[in-house]
Amino acid sequence: MNIFVCIKQVPDTETKITPNGDGTYIETSSIKWIMNPYDEFAVEQALLTKQANSGSTVTVVRVGGVKDTEALRTALAMGADDAILVESDDNLDSFMTAKALKGAIEKSGKTADVIFTGKQAIDDDCLQVPQLLAGMLNIPSVSVVVGCEEAGGAFTLKREVEGGALEVYEVKSPALIACNKGLNTPRYASLPGIMKAKRKPLAQHSLADVGVSDADRRVKYSNFQLPPEKPAGKKFEAMDEGVQASVVAEVVGLLRNEAKVI
Amino acid sequence: MAKVLVFTEITSDNVKSVTYEILGKLAGNDVDVAAVGQVPAGAVTELAKYGAANVHSLKGDNLDKYSPEGYANALKEFIGNGGYDYVFAGSTSLAKDLIPRLSGMFDAGMASEVTNFTMDGGTFAGTRPLFAGKCLAKVEIEGPKPHFITVRPNALGMPTSENAAAGNAADASVNAGEIRAAIKEIIKGASEKLDLTEANIIVSGGRAMKEAANFKILDELADAIGATVGASRAAVDSGYAPHSMQVGQTGKTVAPSLYIACGISGAIQHLAGMRTSKCIVAINTDPDAPIFTKADYGIVGDLFQIVPILTEEFKKIM
Repeated sequence: MNIFVCIKQVPDTETKITPNGDGTYIETSSIKWIMNPYDEFAVEQALLTKQANSGSTVTVVRVGGVKDTEALRTALAMGADDAILVESDDNLDSFMTAKALKGAIEKSGKTADVIFTGKQAIDDDCLQVPQLLAGMLNIPSVSVVVGCEEAGGAFTLKREVEGGALEVYEVKSPALIACNKGLNTPRYASLPGIMKAKRKPLAQHSLADVGVSDADRRVKYSNFQLPPEKPAGKKFEAMDEGVQASVVAEVVGLLRNEAKVI
Repeated sequence: MAKVLVFTEITSDNVKSVTYEILGKLAGNDVDVAAVGQVPAGAVTELAKYGAANVHSLKGDNLDKYSPEGYANALKEFIGNGGYDYVFAGSTSLAKDLIPRLSGMFDAGMASEVTNFTMDGGTFAGTRPLFAGKCLAKVEIEGPKPHFITVRPNALGMPTSENAAAGNAADASVNAGEIRAAIKEIIKGASEKLDLTEANIIVSGGRAMKEAANFKILDELADAIGATVGASRAAVDSGYAPHSMQVGQTGKTVAPSLYIACGISGAIQHLAGMRTSKCIVAINTDPDAPIFTKADYGIVGDLFQIVPILTEEFKKIM
């Protein structure tokens, strides 16, 4: 099987976000970048699928800045076979990203039997790229996947919907599977894996190489700003059992009469 | 004035309330509503009160169960024939999956999970949170129409003004085409309550819950006030609650009227996921916990003592 995984580098979840000077994006100079957390589940599922299907290869693809290829090297160290980087700014819109991923997959010369992605990137939170990519490649997709079993190129997938309910899908390869937390436990890269990763092939393309131009931009962002801070709230001391009942009654009263939320 | 379609879902004969929120913001435009399957007469009347001119029931083979391909094919045909400039939907599990695929089929742009928007002169401009709400930005859509927008539930608020649009009910025949990824079965969730992303009140537990069984006291509080129970990442990673209950940057971003955080210290990722809650109550033994900086009402106390008292107090007034 030709297995592809699409990954993204995003700011660490601990990062305090600051808008840049002209409000067109965020300040990126001192950010620690990590592999998008949901993509780790996608890489792991790709590797599990490879292990179950001898002769398979895992190709990891990323669209992003050229300076830092750490997320790709991490995926290679975990066990992916080769990698493709499409060089671009880190704030492309979803349409351009999906089109670049499609172009990169096609340029690899391999037809994807299955594509794994994270269910969303935790930076722009758009939840668009997996479905867009599947649509552009005209293959079926299942997103927010928390269960994945494969046999003979057919997948049984559990997709999480409202209230913790699960939709069970059956789909034959080729398909795109967008992974959620809970699907598996991503492995750590071993030291030999990290050493080997340095020698694995990493192809680099420009956006133009994969057929993407500025005419493909669909979404324009501006006016990045921090959300308004709330005024300081009221704090009540209730460690002492003697005051707990009166404190709780007062807070409930405030919820009803001041905040008017119940 | 723009020609707008609002896509909605009908569950148990009800329209999701986010649909009314969207209709309220679209007043002054030419607005239709469409759902896959039969829209009940009662729902048509209700949608009309909020400004829907025509309410379309889309019908065809292979549409009895959701599939991204079937729904996208059916809507593509309907939207194309209707000449709509904009397609809106609430940001539900179904729409998050469907609308991006549909937008791609039109080569068109999409803005996900906006929390506010304007339609000045028939042109859309929205606000959306990024980085799980740590940052806000203005979003505009360029390129071919229709443009697609999903709206976060509870963010706009329910409109008050009722207008008397025609509310014509119309059936449309649509074609689902080939469906390669089909639902075989639906496994019911543990909770019959509203999903966290749609809930009006949320009671969440953190690491201080100590074990899964202790969530029972949060369930009792939630039952008293019609709330949905959530959890912090620390509680989920410790195995006290499933990931479907997680609020935060790698869980769900929520916007309830009231958020009650019990034994949650307030990591930056959690604060990001719940900061758009209208009113926040925090219960924690540590008076310096970061959650208190975001809380409207903070109670420094032991949740195992405070929560049962809170439940009884709510029962008195609800």
